[in-house]
Amino acid sequence: MVEILQYIFSGITVGSIYGLIAVGFCIVYNATEVINFSQGEFVMLGGMIGAVVFKAWGLPLPLVFLLSVAACFLLGWICEKLTIGLSRSHDILNLIIITFGLAIAIKGAVMMIWGKFAKDMPAFSGEIPLTIMGATLVPQAIWIVGVSVLVMLCMRLFLNNTAIGIAMRASASEKVAASLVGIPVKLISSISFAIASAIGAVAGLIITPLTLTSYDHGTMLGLKGFCAAIIGGMGNIYGGFLGGLILGLLEAFGAGIVSSGYRDVVAFLALILLLLIRPSGLLGETGKDRISKI
Amino acid sequence: MSVLKPNRLPRWFSLVVFTFVMFLFPFFSPNPYITTVMAFAGINILLCTGLNLLLGYAGQISFGHAAFWGLGAYVYGILTAKFAWAPVLSLFAAIFFTCLSALAIGIPTLRLRGHYLAVGTLGVGIILQIFFIQLDSLTGGPSGLIKIASFSVGGLVFDTPLKSHYLIWSWVFLGLLGALNLADSRMGRAMRAIKESEVAAETMGVKTFKYKLIIFTLTAGYASVAGVLYAQYLNFAAPETFGLMNSVLLLAMVVVGGIGSFWGPVVGALILTFLPEYLRAYEGLEVLLYGVILAGVMMFIPKGFAPIVKSLPIYLRRIGKR
Repeated sequence: MVEILQYIFSGITVGSIYGLIAVGFCIVYNATEVINFSQGEFVMLGGMIGAVVFKAWGLPLPLVFLLSVAACFLLGWICEKLTIGLSRSHDILNLIIITFGLAIAIKGAVMMIWGKFAKDMPAFSGEIPLTIMGATLVPQAIWIVGVSVLVMLCMRLFLNNTAIGIAMRASASEKVAASLVGIPVKLISSISFAIASAIGAVAGLIITPLTLTSYDHGTMLGLKGFCAAIIGGMGNIYGGFLGGLILGLLEAFGAGIVSSGYRDVVAFLALILLLLIRPSGLLGETGKDRISKI
Repeated sequence: MSVLKPNRLPRWFSLVVFTFVMFLFPFFSPNPYITTVMAFAGINILLCTGLNLLLGYAGQISFGHAAFWGLGAYVYGILTAKFAWAPVLSLFAAIFFTCLSALAIGIPTLRLRGHYLAVGTLGVGIILQIFFIQLDSLTGGPSGLIKIASFSVGGLVFDTPLKSHYLIWSWVFLGLLGALNLADSRMGRAMRAIKESEVAAETMGVKTFKYKLIIFTLTAGYASVAGVLYAQYLNFAAPETFGLMNSVLLLAMVVVGGIGSFWGPVVGALILTFLPEYLRAYEGLEVLLYGVILAGVMMFIPKGFAPIVKSLPIYLRRIGKR
């Protein structure tokens, strides 16, 4: 019983991170239809910048947090302008490989600047674990879940209630029509990339105190986030987040019950099964446009 | 004379010339190291030619190609290293097992389309790689499988890099010849029809699912041979070689060369295999540069290098006429 509770705790913690990354994926995917392979690298970058700034300048954590998120927002914007924005081809496979090249370049740059060693950051509010019904819970886990849910809700409000958000949804559902009514589609693509990068940075910052971060830490996290987005149904932020939670729980139970080495097998098998049964994802609506509700 | 105009040479003729040049390569290669890189380029060409059949001709994507490469390498490796099977028998077993796995994997996943096919094959690739790592009594686990036998047939053992060079490039020749014949066959036409429009192809009586399955299996067959060649060359196989990173890199090679063209995968594999070797001069910067170049090529030469190489003789002649 205690074990099950423990699995649930760790599943929800990791799942929130996946969910948050999935939200970033949904945003870029809906604006550009690209599987953004560099999403995970921004998770790494966020954690990395945070850890380096904290160590070098000794600023208070909230300021470090803001700095890192702002830096990634800007870097995301610049990267989009330099890659997808400049690309002559709009073929999806080309764009995917461009983001893959970008991911390698970011990884290479981080390796060059900060080396290969793992970096860490202190937990936001101490490391004394709480005990709930026999299962332990580190305070950072509560931060992770709290911040993730908050970011997700903010994104939903942003997309539904602000002019930029509505423009993003419009250009996602029909690019030509959106540009006809005066929506700057290219600008929207940059904004979506920047926002996704900033969300990635948040994910990286809240998970670094638990898992450390290093130059090669982002790829797998990005991949899991993408799978979460597919499980939940692209185009729906709640769906992406829910997908993250499901993936996290599957992994935790897979690791606990089968073996930790096969944890990803359980997760990816579930993904493939779901794709076969319900290709549009859990909350995606079958037969309708993927963007119908965001 | 018009037949011999460089841009109108029949493909099989250029294929024979290309293979001939590659057979002579060890004799004018600047050093043995470059010859080794060329052997790996040959393995990559085999992988990319197979992948191009699926991606370029039939229009189906796979993010798990490297896993089939690994399956071929591991089946051959395990049979020769742990069970002392004869290399020829192990080769056939590797091809058979990999194709069978591809068939079993293809039946559910090939029903998916577009991005979902990408994710499905990506998942399959990751699952297979985890098995390579976890079944360590068979595969040697994360540190890899050692003591894989060099290929041998009759009394001829391919135990030197030079002998392996000829083994690998003979297979490349066969692989390219196979792709050439396939492209002009009934199946090749069916594949192109599927790429254009699955619905239209089905309406015209093409059994789309059957052809997709056959081509997926064939692609895995190419990969399994490449795996055997890789394993017997190094006498070693490690799981990280067969992961997502290389699956995407193989896709990148096909696209950098030129999707759907016969010489595309050859050009792409040669470029992206040799690029890291030339980037070694910029120590510390090489990963960054590799990423930038890859993204840059995709951005500014989206159709790949093959069309450029193809039109080179025409440009040269124009310049010559001036």
